[in-house]
Amino acid sequence: MEIPYTTEIRPDTGVYNAKLGIWLFLASEVMLFGALFSAYILLRVGAPPDMWPHGWLDVRFGTLNTILLALSAITTLLAWAACKVREFGKFRFFHGCTILLALTFLGIKSYEYHDKWIHYEIHLKDGTIADGHLVEQNDTEVVIHGRIVTDETKLYDLRAQKDIQLTELTIPRADIKAMENYAPRHNTFTAIYFTLTGLHALHILGGTCVIFYLWAFGGAMWRKDPERFTNRVEVSGLFWHFVDLVWIFLFPVLYLT
Amino acid sequence: MNDSVSQFPPYREPDDSHGHDGHGDHGDHGHHEHFDPGFWSKYIFSTDHKVIGIQYGFTALCFLLFGFFLMLLMRWQIAHPGVPVPAIGPLLEKILGAPAAGGAISADLYNSFGAMHGTIMVFLGVVPLAFAAFGNYVVPLMIGAPDMCFPRVNMASYHAFFLGGVVMLVSFFIPGGAAQAGWTSYSPLATTIPTDGQAFWLIGMVLLITSSLLGAVNFIATIIQLRAPGMTWMRLPFFVWAQFVTAFLLLLAFPPLEAAGVLQLMDNLGHTSFFLPTGLAVGGQLAGRSGGGSPLLWQHLFWFLGHPEVYVLILPGMGIVAEVIANNARKPLWGYKSLVYSVLTVGFLSFIVWAHHMYLTGMGQRIATFFQATTMIISIPSVIILTCLFLSLWGGSIRINTPMLFALGFLPMFGIGGLTGLPLGLAAADLYLHDTYYVIAHFHYVVAPGTIFALFAGIYFWFPKMTGRKMNEFWGRVHFWCSFCFMNLVFMPMFAQGIKGMLRRMSDGAVNYSAAKVPNAIDTLPGNIMELNSWILWAAIGLGLAQIPFIVNLFYSISHGEKVTSDNPWNATTLDWQTPTPPPHGNFEHALHVVHGPYEYSAPGHPTDFTPQDEPLDLPGATPPPAVKPHTVH
Repeated sequence: MEIPYTTEIRPDTGVYNAKLGIWLFLASEVMLFGALFSAYILLRVGAPPDMWPHGWLDVRFGTLNTILLALSAITTLLAWAACKVREFGKFRFFHGCTILLALTFLGIKSYEYHDKWIHYEIHLKDGTIADGHLVEQNDTEVVIHGRIVTDETKLYDLRAQKDIQLTELTIPRADIKAMENYAPRHNTFTAIYFTLTGLHALHILGGTCVIFYLWAFGGAMWRKDPERFTNRVEVSGLFWHFVDLVWIFLFPVLYLT
Repeated sequence: MNDSVSQFPPYREPDDSHGHDGHGDHGDHGHHEHFDPGFWSKYIFSTDHKVIGIQYGFTALCFLLFGFFLMLLMRWQIAHPGVPVPAIGPLLEKILGAPAAGGAISADLYNSFGAMHGTIMVFLGVVPLAFAAFGNYVVPLMIGAPDMCFPRVNMASYHAFFLGGVVMLVSFFIPGGAAQAGWTSYSPLATTIPTDGQAFWLIGMVLLITSSLLGAVNFIATIIQLRAPGMTWMRLPFFVWAQFVTAFLLLLAFPPLEAAGVLQLMDNLGHTSFFLPTGLAVGGQLAGRSGGGSPLLWQHLFWFLGHPEVYVLILPGMGIVAEVIANNARKPLWGYKSLVYSVLTVGFLSFIVWAHHMYLTGMGQRIATFFQATTMIISIPSVIILTCLFLSLWGGSIRINTPMLFALGFLPMFGIGGLTGLPLGLAAADLYLHDTYYVIAHFHYVVAPGTIFALFAGIYFWFPKMTGRKMNEFWGRVHFWCSFCFMNLVFMPMFAQGIKGMLRRMSDGAVNYSAAKVPNAIDTLPGNIMELNSWILWAAIGLGLAQIPFIVNLFYSISHGEKVTSDNPWNATTLDWQTPTPPPHGNFEHALHVVHGPYEYSAPGHPTDFTPQDEPLDLPGATPPPAVKPHTVH
């Protein structure tokens, strides 16, 4: 038994099955991320005005990652075009680039996550707050590379604070009232930041796996049915473009505002 | 129109559509006798839409029965609070431990039974049966397709569903027990109850959502891409339209719940505060959360799924009823186009009515007014659908058989459910009725004697196609009449209880509530309202007993039922009856060409009172009528 229109286009609808399928799937993905962005808006609008963090994320890394994904969108397109003109070698070159770009993106993202994970806000018993990156800790003291503020709201908006002096601080455990890293539980911003970018990173990972599968094991299908293989490259490319597009929204929403 | 139709490419390879002797080097369709996979790939890892449909159907029926037993236990607790459950009390204690100490149902256990009854019935029972089981089995047959668009995705969909069900069931046995925050899982309650059952619930839901996402994509793509030549949109049977709209609802409404589920999972496991407000205290202690979240956000995201979900529950049922009524009234459906446009309108509007579940949350009067208006508007297309189905009976030569009885039972029962929903859609009336047994009665009338009756109709109707045998007619009627009486005896009294103010989530059946006397105020719950609790218990037990004829009939008839003598035992017009019985892998033995609409019953001058969709309507000795003109009623 053969399913019709797996490769050839159905004339009255103008698509083959998988292309329609991926567009429907992307519609559902739009609703998924749409709901998360709506949640972001609602939570942010509901937050007290001076309590929403600004400038917590490094715009340089965000920009670099944006460029990486934009380039990967181009290489994805070129890989598909190479399939269209039946040049498998070029396909492998371009999608090889896509995979490398995606892995670099994930590497940078992991570094950013790690940076937040070792960033601690330490409430001291004298009422001040020490805030900075953990250097080392043991049973008696905690060493961070950071600063001491008297007012918690100073930690929220970093955009206006041009010259923040960071020094190495050694804090005895006995002085510490509470200590928490910038994990999702820290506040609503870190929570939504980790959730949104984490879900996006999972999408990147999934897309990379699919593209890697086509890159590494696609040869057999290429020799048997190049048109069908080209369709697969197109469909996975559509998903990849969607994932890029989500980042185009994530970047300004999280990094620039 | 016929011209454009004939321009379609041949549906099958030419050498396959003629004769079955040529062994084409690709594909094995038409040669199903060679298709002999082993047990595992035939029944467990099958990619055949019919097997998957039956897998879904069987699993969903098991879940429905399980959900029903949960309900029986709850009804016992409501009628006899704190009294050990007879017969199975010791067993409960043995399995569940402390929450069922002494064989009685504790308040916590009652809560988790309540939450899981709702979850199981909706997500593991009715939706898989109505959408996935009937949709999988019938839709490809009706549109003349060899299978679903993506057979392996279809299999993955069932496996994700099954896994989700397993996760849900496992949660009963973890310390603390299953989720207790209701099937709606409102935060912060869902995060603060000390059990991991909620995390299991959320993970189970993510799996179920994945399953329905894969299913929905598959259904829509199949209906758009795999219609047989000549099967234009307005020639689709109404059932296919209903499934098409349902699939869109699942596709677009479920992801926001998935998003909400991910956020609540973060709240439960990652200790974030997406849905937890600042300063939340649990048990008199600050919860130690960062706060800043919004409980209302959960409700919005949940009901953004939750309301379309109501139509996911009902639309496939309406589709089944439409098929059964057209077939047994022996005349075309009245107002086919109205039905189609109504179902599309319902589908669209169902996305903008969700907050009528939230009038009591203090979200604001202006928002409430908007959703009140859309809620009133959505009742119009729903009424059109029901009216069309009623009018389709007018002037028919009605055959009364078991599927028809269930379909006819559906109409007034769904009518009661729908009409009693109107007061709930109006904010002022809802403030009083919200969260009472009136709501329970209302939506159970829609789903239990409504959708589930439609599903029974569908089972009795398509059983001959699946097995080649009919189910027993006498026991089918016994099943119908007993179910019909007991359904009403169960749910009708709840309207009275709700109007008197009995709230829906009290684990003691409102004993404490009714005992509270406020001086100079209206008496809370009179004794006769409380007595109804034990009436309902007995009616529910009766309803359970009424299903025994069905279960026995179902299994007995698979091997011992009356054999059907033709592939089209009901003399139906739609393509699902133009296949061999049961349909082989690949479904149709010859190339199809659809030439007219789905309900050509009793066409004047035609030798039989039905004309299948792929059989021309031109009549002997008469000039052929315009082939595509829908036959109308005079």
